[in-house]
Amino acid sequence: MLNIENLHARVEGKEILKGLTLRVKPGEVHAIMGPNGAGKSTLGNVLSGRDGYEVTAGSVTFDGIDLLALEPEARAAAGVFLAFQYPVEIPGVNNTYFLRAALNAQRKARGEKELDSMQFLKLVREKLKVMQISDELLHRAVNEGFSGGEKKRNEIFQMALLEPKLAILDETDSGLDIDALKQVAQGVNALRSPQRSFLVITHYQRLLDYIEPDFVHVLAGGRIVESGDKALALKLEEHGYAWVKDHGEPAGASA
Amino acid sequence: MSQPAPLPFVASLLDAPLPASGIAWLDALRRAHLDAFAAAGLPDTRMEAWKYTALRALGQRRYANGDAQAAARAVDPAAFDLPGVDGPRLAFVNGVFRADLSALDDLPAGLVLQPLAQALRQDAEPLRFVLSRHEPEQGDAFVRLNAARAEDGVALKVAAGAKIAAPVHLVFLGAPAESDLAWHLRHVIELGEGAELALVEHHVGAEQQHLGTAVGDITLRDGAVLRQVLLQQAATGSSLIRRSRLQLGARAQATLHVLELGGALARHELRAELAGDGARLDTRGVFMPRGRQHIDTQLAIRHQALNTASESVWRGVADQRARGVFRGAILVAPGADGSDASLSNKNLLLSGQAEIDTKPELEIYADEVKAAHGATVGQLDERSLFYLRSRGIPHDEARALLTAAFCRAVLDDLPNAALREHLAGLLANQLPD
Repeated sequence: MLNIENLHARVEGKEILKGLTLRVKPGEVHAIMGPNGAGKSTLGNVLSGRDGYEVTAGSVTFDGIDLLALEPEARAAAGVFLAFQYPVEIPGVNNTYFLRAALNAQRKARGEKELDSMQFLKLVREKLKVMQISDELLHRAVNEGFSGGEKKRNEIFQMALLEPKLAILDETDSGLDIDALKQVAQGVNALRSPQRSFLVITHYQRLLDYIEPDFVHVLAGGRIVESGDKALALKLEEHGYAWVKDHGEPAGASA
Repeated sequence: MSQPAPLPFVASLLDAPLPASGIAWLDALRRAHLDAFAAAGLPDTRMEAWKYTALRALGQRRYANGDAQAAARAVDPAAFDLPGVDGPRLAFVNGVFRADLSALDDLPAGLVLQPLAQALRQDAEPLRFVLSRHEPEQGDAFVRLNAARAEDGVALKVAAGAKIAAPVHLVFLGAPAESDLAWHLRHVIELGEGAELALVEHHVGAEQQHLGTAVGDITLRDGAVLRQVLLQQAATGSSLIRRSRLQLGARAQATLHVLELGGALARHELRAELAGDGARLDTRGVFMPRGRQHIDTQLAIRHQALNTASESVWRGVADQRARGVFRGAILVAPGADGSDASLSNKNLLLSGQAEIDTKPELEIYADEVKAAHGATVGQLDERSLFYLRSRGIPHDEARALLTAAFCRAVLDDLPNAALREHLAGLLANQLPD
């Protein structure tokens, strides 16, 4: 489904990703872990098409199409979803209006029929139940005045509504207390399916107690230096990222 | 010493006889204003009030005086159809009254609505004071031109205590003609004590490059309430210069919602006097020039009585190579103790070549005054734009959504819901794709 080959990317002239390779099949959950500054968030931003990230080498294909050639909105319509580390507050834009505009824009881009407001509200009610989110949040402006936990839950709620093929969770656990973390993880788990893949980007192993990954990768120095199953995350928790450096750098240097 | 040749603009507008009303004081007034216009010409950017609005290009243009064919111009009434606005209507095409496009039958009790020319013919004397009381200042070229050449306009009067439910629609249409025309209208509007009126001033036009000037006096007697919407959608090639003078008596209230969208060169000078104790004025406006449009709003509010209040909320959005100008001057005169004045003007530049010049001014000569003012100029938030796009909303739609959100505060408290929705739609569609 997602093939990242030898990806190099620069931000403000500084090379952050230095030859990242990763393959994700439908239904798989991949955790990307790594120390601060390793390029974790850059990966999410490059995949979703944010301005200011320059890809200098490598390729990303998604369901066989060149993802990097698409505008952000086209990537979304193709089925890529980024749950933001810092969801943006947008005063003056009603949350429900925004969600319907987003869903219908995606449907239109895919040649599907747009939903009228009755159909849309029915869908929203179904998804609200799954996410245990208060419908009061829907009547407010997008993320405006939301608590940290509400913002992250709103991200997962959007994901539930937009039903992407690939969801990238960018440090969704940051700033959440344990209760909020569990709620968010529950939401994510409810959306797991044999067709939907996840890239779970995180600094801490904690999130992976609740969202169990099929694969764990360690990103350091702009490359994946170690891959394994969920036991790798526990090893990291025990030894810290310093262990990866000792462990991973020689392999990288000789490559 | 020879006089320098007058500008083509000035020469063309002197090049027709003045209207003869047969009313001695009015004809003398017109003559005096035309002479003053001829002598002074157009103001230039060295004059503070015109610092950001250059008239060099206008000065080189020529206009024919008035439209002799106006009565025969074909106009599609759908052009000025507005949801939520279906009351009495007074319509002008290229500055000429059109009974066939107006709706003046069965006016509600207490409302007098007619063309000014008709009111002057019936009895000019009650209009004498208001038509002669203002002495133009330096730089008031268009006010002089208007005073000299305006033959018609809106004469509207609401009797004391009358509450007019249906909004009155004033339509000013520009229609294509054989040459570029100059037209001038003079409005006199009065709300008696305790009277209430909703008014929609609507400038709209097809493809043409006419010049229109309008000068209006709106007087609110004690306790009168005016809710006015000013929708300026003049043709993008046209020029429209207006001055509105608003006078509020004790406890009178006026609320203005303004959308300035049209015109190649559009300027509106709104001068309000809070003359009676407890008077209140709320203005909310958006100016949104695009292309090469130049839209200039000059707001001057004078607090002259005790416990008067004004709140002004304005948004400017300029795209492409457009220019927006906003000046908001609030003066609290000596003795106007207990006044409460606030003014906010936030602006958005959607292109690197767009420009907005904003200047809030505050002068206070009274005690126990609350006053606040502020202005900002910024760009669309890239993070918000990316957030919307990452959810599948195309770039142009995301931009329009954020711009509409930026302007939202201006329309929020407009009570006419149908009209509010329509205006919000106009704002969303004003941006080029």
